[in-house]
This record gives sequence, structure tokens and C-alpha cells, in this order.
Amino acid sequence: MEQVTQLSYALDTFYFLISGALVMWMAAGFAMLEAGLVRAKNTAEILTKNVALYAIACIMYMLVGYNIMYGEAISAYIPGISFLLGADHTVEAVLAGGEEAPYYSNMSDFFFQVVFVATAMSIVSGAVAERMKLWAFLTFAVVMTGFIYPVQGYWKWGGGFLDESGFLDFAGSGVVHMAGAAAALAGVLLLGARKGKYGANGSVNAIPGANMPLATLGTFILWMGWFGFNGGSELKVSDVGEANAVAMVFVNTNMAAAGGVVAALLTSRVLFGKADLTMALNGALAGLVAITAEPLTPTALEATLIGGVGGVLVVFAIITLDKLKIDDPVGAISVHGVVGIWGLLAVTLTNGDATLSAQLLGIATIFGWVFVSSLIVWSLVKLIIGLRVSEEDEYNGVDLAECGLEAYPEFTNSGK
Amino acid sequence: MKLISAIIKPFKLDDVREALSEIGVQGITVTEVKGFGRQKGHTELYRGAEYVVDFLPKVKVEAAVSADLVDQVIEAISRAANTGKIGDGKIFVFDLEQAVRIRTGETGAEAL
Repeated sequence: MEQVTQLSYALDTFYFLISGALVMWMAAGFAMLEAGLVRAKNTAEILTKNVALYAIACIMYMLVGYNIMYGEAISAYIPGISFLLGADHTVEAVLAGGEEAPYYSNMSDFFFQVVFVATAMSIVSGAVAERMKLWAFLTFAVVMTGFIYPVQGYWKWGGGFLDESGFLDFAGSGVVHMAGAAAALAGVLLLGARKGKYGANGSVNAIPGANMPLATLGTFILWMGWFGFNGGSELKVSDVGEANAVAMVFVNTNMAAAGGVVAALLTSRVLFGKADLTMALNGALAGLVAITAEPLTPTALEATLIGGVGGVLVVFAIITLDKLKIDDPVGAISVHGVVGIWGLLAVTLTNGDATLSAQLLGIATIFGWVFVSSLIVWSLVKLIIGLRVSEEDEYNGVDLAECGLEAYPEFTNSGK
Repeated sequence: MKLISAIIKPFKLDDVREALSEIGVQGITVTEVKGFGRQKGHTELYRGAEYVVDFLPKVKVEAAVSADLVDQVIEAISRAANTGKIGDGKIFVFDLEQAVRIRTGETGAEAL
């Protein structure tokens, strides 16, 4: 029996680590998606932001973020604060049995959680792309990953008041995706639209992305990474019930993405008369975000429909934000914010334990906290170092202005 | 001698080349060009927003021919490059003062 316990501990730890590695790979997905949807002259800078924000998220979460989220708390509203990571579990503690006995490694838990923080921060980089100063963005990343994200994470996954209220968010439609979108929205409002996005007469101009193959590859990478994101969030795989649950989560995650693609493609065909690839890609991500709040209780057909609604929503959200002069080059606020809210509400459709009031409380709390605190931090950054590159730098491309190099030295300076 | 310069749709290049060969045109020069005429570029759609492509890709075909061939050449290009839709292009005819075949030094109609 002891050996079986040790083996299941090892298996669950292993599953957690592999899931975390899959989620880590989503950083590559975001990097490729964003590189594909910006113009060539801003490619190297967006890649720099992506790799740097990932590293900053890891360091800040290790230093303080993880402990804010999961450490000793002061109350259900106020998390505690402490630093660095604790020791891992002893064999004796694992073998003690009972409800309290740990069934996976402490370090694997940290690893799995830290890649989620990076995901939330990756959402921000796409929305503010092509015009925000590199160091302004990275300064915000420090505060977001070290403090803003962990506090609301504590309220839900750390056992704070949102968790006690019955708010359900399986893998983070709210805690990760809507949180990232709220921070992005606050940034975009203070930053303003890209030059040329809106005509003097109020017309909305298209600024086509430079590389559709990269955007498509990025979407597929995110789709694959999402199996770790949702699948790993089941937290256990080592018995028949849990193994079946994990399999269900994989199936539903996949189906929702498929539903999102088809729905977004059809919606763009009906609205524009053409099949807009970028909308289909956003549709896949919308389906994934929509199912993330509850990938276990829906049937495969229900998951497809939940993803499909996300796919329709995301197209309308992108058009609407464009009209409101909220310029989001990659559609991050629509995909992760608008559809994140839909995902949280959709939990009530298939999970009998969910209540509409608790879901609404969760949405309002997370959005309110992240939006307001981000707005304050962005404002401070704007005051101290400024958020936006100069008009000339924006015209020449932030690759040269911020990084001093070009992603494609032979091809850039295309003007626009 | 005349120099005929025709701006045509790129996908019609093979048809034009064949039509010119059939009537005995010995050589042509082809350049990829961009421009606009009454068609004035066209609009494309990206994420629901329209944008204008001002200059459309075209092909410029140039042929130097003896004066008696001009009408046939114009007729051949017009027929081969015609789709009946806007943007089919234009044909320009210039007087050609001199022609020299570099290898042999032949000049005038001999050099065409």
C-alpha cells in the first residue's frame, strides 16, 4: 500500500509537471500569435516583451507572488505576505494518509502556478503592442505578476472570500484570462490607439498583421498548451475517476476550440463576406477561454456549443471595441475579457453547484480589482517614464527605437 | 518602327506572349509594375475594417516592331488580354527612332 501511495504521488507530480511544461509552451504561442498580428517593423520588440515578461513573471512569483496567493492569509479578503519558496513534502507526511496528506510535490505546484501568471501577463502584451515603451511595459509586469494577479488569485484559488462564496472558475477564465484582459484594457485606455488606426473623420482603418503563418502557428501552440492549462487544473490523475475526469477535460477543451473556430469563421463570412483567418484564430482562442471556467461538467456537444458562442461573441466584441476606439491589435481584450466573462457565466449552464450571483460577484470583483489597480499602476508609470514611444519612433517601428535591431533586416522600412 | 508598350493583368501574360508569337513578333520585354487607372486600386478587409490597396500589380509588355505590324500587334494584345472587366489595362504606341542589335551591329528594321 505504501508503495502504491508513493507511486500515485509520483504520478500526480509527474502529471502536474508535464501539464506545467505544456502551459509554459503557451508563452511561445502568445509570442508567435502577437508577432504575426503586428507589422514587421514591430516584431522584434513584441518578441522581446514576450520573453522578458515570462522571465519577470517567474522571478516575481517566486519572490513573493506565490506566497501572497497560497501563503498564510490575514483574512478572507487580505492575503498575507512572505517570501521565497518553502520545503517540499516528506515521505512521512505523504504516507500519513487521510484527507490532509499531500498527493503531489509542493515544487510541482509552484511550477504549475507560475506558468499561469505568465499567461495572464502575456495577454497584456498583445493589446498594447506597436506603441508602448518596452520598459514601461516591463515595469508594469513586475507589479502585475508580483502583486495584482496573486491577490485576486488568493481570493479564488488561495481559498479567499470568492472561493467561500461559491464562485467557480476551474482553470481561470476569470483569474487568469479576464484578469489579463482587465489589465490590458486599463493600459490601452491610458495609451491610446496606434497612429493611423482611426481617420480624421472617425473611420476605422485596418492595420494588417505581417505574418499569418506565424499567427496560425501561435494559435495551434496555444491550443495544444491549453490541454495542460485545463487538463492540469484537475490536479490529479492517479485513479479511475480522476483519469476519466482529465480525459473529459481534454475532450471538452478540444471541442470548445473547434466550436469557436467554426462559429467565428461563419460569423466573419456572414458579416464581411469573406473568411477572415485572424477571426478564425481568435475564435479558437475564444472557444478555449470560454470552456476554461468549467471544462469538466459539460458534455462534448455542450462544450462545442459553449466554445461556439465564444466564437460568435469574439467577432462582435472585436468590431465593437474597434468602434469604441479601443485599439487592440490582436483582439486580446475581446478574446480573454469578453469571452472570459461568458465562460464564467456559462458555468451555471452545466454545473449544478454554480450560482449566477456567485459568478457575477467573481466577475465584478476580479475585473474591478485588476482594472482599478492596473489603472493606478499604469498611471504612475505614465507619470514617471511615460507609456508611449514618440510619434517618429512609432512610425519607424519600435524594433529600431526600443531594441536597436530589426526582425527582418532586409524587408522592413515598408513605410506604413 | 514603333515601340508598343502594353499594361496588362499579370495572369494574362502567357496569353499575350503566345498571341504575339503567332503574328511573328520576335521578342518582348516584360516588367512587373504597379499602378492604378480608373479602377483606382481596390479595398480589402481585415478584421472587419476596410483598407485601400492604392497600386495594383500589373505587367508591362514592351515590343519593338516594324510599322506595318502595329495594327496586328494591337489587335493581338487587345484580344489576348481582354477579360471584359475593369482593370484590363492599356496599350501605348511610340515612334521608335533607332534600333541596334548589339552582337552584329545591325540597325533599323534589320535589328528587330
